[in-house]
Amino acid sequence: MLNRYPLWKNLLILLVIAVGIIYALPNLFPEDPAVQITGSRGAIEVGSSQQNRVERALEAGGITPKAVSQENSTLLVRFNHADEQIRAKDLLQAALGDDYVVALNQAPTTPEWLKSVGARSVNLGLDLRGGVHFLMEVDMQAALEQQLNVTASEIRTTLREERLRYRQVSVEDGQVRVLMASQDLLDPAQSRLMSDLSEYQFTQEPEARLLVLSLDEHAVREVEDYAVDQNLTTLRNRVNELGVAEPLVQRSGRDRIVVELPGVQDTAAAKRVLGATANLEFRLEAKRSADPLDVEEFEYRDRPGRTAELERNIITTGNNVANASVGFDENNNPQVDIRLNGQGGRLMSQATAPNVGRRMGVLFIEHKTRTKVVREDGERVEVREPYTERSIISLATIQSQLGSSFRITGIGNTQEASELALLMRAGALAAPIYFVEERTIGPSLGEKNIERGILSIQIGLALVVLFMLAWYRTFGIFACVALTTNLVLLVALLSALGATLTLPGIAGIVLTLGMAVDANVLINARIKEEIYHRGVSPQAAINTGYEKAFATILDANITTFLVAIILFSVGTGPVKGFAVTLSLGLLTSMFTAIAVTRMQVNWVYGKRHIQRLPI
Amino acid sequence: MSKLLNINIDFMRARRLAFILSAVLLLASVGSLATQGLKLGLDFTGGTLVELHYQEAPDLPQVRDQLEAAGYENFVVQNYGSSQDILVRLSQGFSPQVGEEVRSLLGDENSVELRRAEFVGAQVGEELRDQGGLGMLVSLLCVMVYVAFRFQYKFALGSVLALGHDVLLLLGFFSILRIDFDLTVLAALLAVIGYSLNDTIVVYDRIRENFRTVREGGPMKLINLSINQTLIRTTITSLTTLLVLFSLLIFGGEMIHNFALALIVGVLVGTYSSIYIAGTLLLSLKVSREDLALPVKEGVLEEDGRP
Repeated sequence: MLNRYPLWKNLLILLVIAVGIIYALPNLFPEDPAVQITGSRGAIEVGSSQQNRVERALEAGGITPKAVSQENSTLLVRFNHADEQIRAKDLLQAALGDDYVVALNQAPTTPEWLKSVGARSVNLGLDLRGGVHFLMEVDMQAALEQQLNVTASEIRTTLREERLRYRQVSVEDGQVRVLMASQDLLDPAQSRLMSDLSEYQFTQEPEARLLVLSLDEHAVREVEDYAVDQNLTTLRNRVNELGVAEPLVQRSGRDRIVVELPGVQDTAAAKRVLGATANLEFRLEAKRSADPLDVEEFEYRDRPGRTAELERNIITTGNNVANASVGFDENNNPQVDIRLNGQGGRLMSQATAPNVGRRMGVLFIEHKTRTKVVREDGERVEVREPYTERSIISLATIQSQLGSSFRITGIGNTQEASELALLMRAGALAAPIYFVEERTIGPSLGEKNIERGILSIQIGLALVVLFMLAWYRTFGIFACVALTTNLVLLVALLSALGATLTLPGIAGIVLTLGMAVDANVLINARIKEEIYHRGVSPQAAINTGYEKAFATILDANITTFLVAIILFSVGTGPVKGFAVTLSLGLLTSMFTAIAVTRMQVNWVYGKRHIQRLPI
Repeated sequence: MSKLLNINIDFMRARRLAFILSAVLLLASVGSLATQGLKLGLDFTGGTLVELHYQEAPDLPQVRDQLEAAGYENFVVQNYGSSQDILVRLSQGFSPQVGEEVRSLLGDENSVELRRAEFVGAQVGEELRDQGGLGMLVSLLCVMVYVAFRFQYKFALGSVLALGHDVLLLLGFFSILRIDFDLTVLAALLAVIGYSLNDTIVVYDRIRENFRTVREGGPMKLINLSINQTLIRTTITSLTTLLVLFSLLIFGGEMIHNFALALIVGVLVGTYSSIYIAGTLLLSLKVSREDLALPVKEGVLEEDGRP
């Protein structure tokens, strides 16, 4: 008998390998140290005038950039050396000022044709690239309490409006307890409140004249999800402000948020920005006749240069905003729905009742810090000074008296509406968030790690290759070709899937390479056994050897794969990185160890009758 | 190399010895785990970790004296990678200044450089430990179901007991030698589960095949035959894996040192257990040909039969 693969099988295998090589290729192009310049707000354009300023500033500083390019309103300046990059960052920040964010970046040098098929180099984890890692925890207890307090004040307002007399509304043990004036008021109060507060479960304690509202597990989860989402939004906004390339802001588990900022070394600065607070203020637009002392002028957030005058008097603040979301009116035009808590609603209705027809502005207030270079005793000293930035995010006409729920209409499009809602939420009082863990990983340590990791892979691979060649000779060559293909495919998969490579991930690769050999050892041992123990002809031995080994390889790999999948689903961070490379490695090794070696064996031995097999 | 193929070692004759060896090692492991537990790394206990780079190799006892004199308690000072790098671990909570405080205490900016200072929260450690433990339990369960489905429940029991044996011995190793048990070691432990299982399944796969096709000999003889038939493969695979792991241990740097060490011990224990424990357990569970009889029509069985 002869061993041949049909043409389509050979072509398919070669195609997979070719695709693998293409997608692994970007990793061979080293990244350029670069500086990325963006406007500190979306409205600030980065154009050719900025490019000229950048080029002049670099020339004055004696730095020759490798290339300066503009891409979607960001300016990318590439350098030849990392030390130039850091020097240039300080230089450019000083030259461009606070309106622009200058961030360190690693710019890929992948050629266009590779980029056009979606190929990219693999993401390096923080431990390999350096940067800071924060783990933050959202205070769920406080989030829940906040929600209950908002409800409690809504209940007070409603009951008062409906003239249902109550003695007290209090928040206790995750419940809102409403003490009514008399027992027979319980039913009307419940039926009135139920329509507004459908997410609550109502129970009555008639003896104590109590109406108890509690959230079920599902509703509690919803409140928690909301609190985490709100914090995620806020954190993303702030991270964008840091101008970090490829930041990661991710929910982790029920109440945690992971923030990873590659390339950032100054933990303190990052913490200040992440922990910064934003707020909202609602103010009436100043009348023309108003006393100038009672008037303040503010810029629009999205239209720098344009200003409006608002009264100094504040109606209410973001602390009283319970929620802001995008909605649609009857004509399907986008709007922002705002919900205030009881106190906010009261203040709002008092302030708007006599002022229908006037306009009300919403101010977004951020507390930030900036670095200034000042001369002190002839020396240049960096000083950090806190400052507050106020800008108008909305100025709309009051159509009628507003209460605790109102909406802002007349917004251009859905995108603008969701941005406004997002800003409102960011400025609203979010559930408190704490730093649980912080890590700074130096870039030098990262470099050393990656060097060592790669060195250990190379040495390990070389040893395995030598051993296989010595032990199996020709079949050893097949196995080594398969092993190399395996590495290429694994790298291609990791790159294409956008997986992040970490140190345990590298360890996972090394382990799969060691174990990938196992499949070939199994196959070769089977072929040997067929020939020497059962006296089967070489061609038949190859066939049965592969066949019998396949069942074993499948069973063994599926069990390991099960473990890897479970590690991935329950693990975090390092465990996950390890599981990803292990499971992908198992998949690629199944393919290479069986199909790729078989193709080679068929090519070399399959087409002729042979007496002996050098195995 | 064909002469190596005709191995016929009576592994099962030494099974009592192996049982005693395993029992002693297990007792020592459990004893050590019960009395002194694991030396949990900072990932689990929480605290502050400061890495410093010296221009000239520092004298560690002197560094310890300096820290003690400054009022630090419960700290660990150790070399990290090279003689010029040291790692200071403090059980106190983290504040942004700690790193700089320690650095300025130990020398001026020119001679000592702060490489990193990080905080590891104990609570995080707890969460990860729970997840790791849960992961292990769920993995074991899934594997048992799969093996019971593909083989038979006695094989499932045998493979999982062999796994438990490996995991306990590995934990015992880290407990007895007081080596830091950190997250990378946990990852290694989970990998060992995969590896050792892989090894055991390959042996079981052969046992299943031989029970179905070889007509003469009792369970003991067949298990012995299967182990011998897979011995070369077991050895070569362990050898190639160990080659890679040793290169990790030696060249991979300090951060994956313990990871590599855990895997090396795990691979050795896993290889031993797949030869001795997995097979012997099957004997103790009274595995028989009937357990693996294929529900097939007559004649089909002949396909696999030998002349």
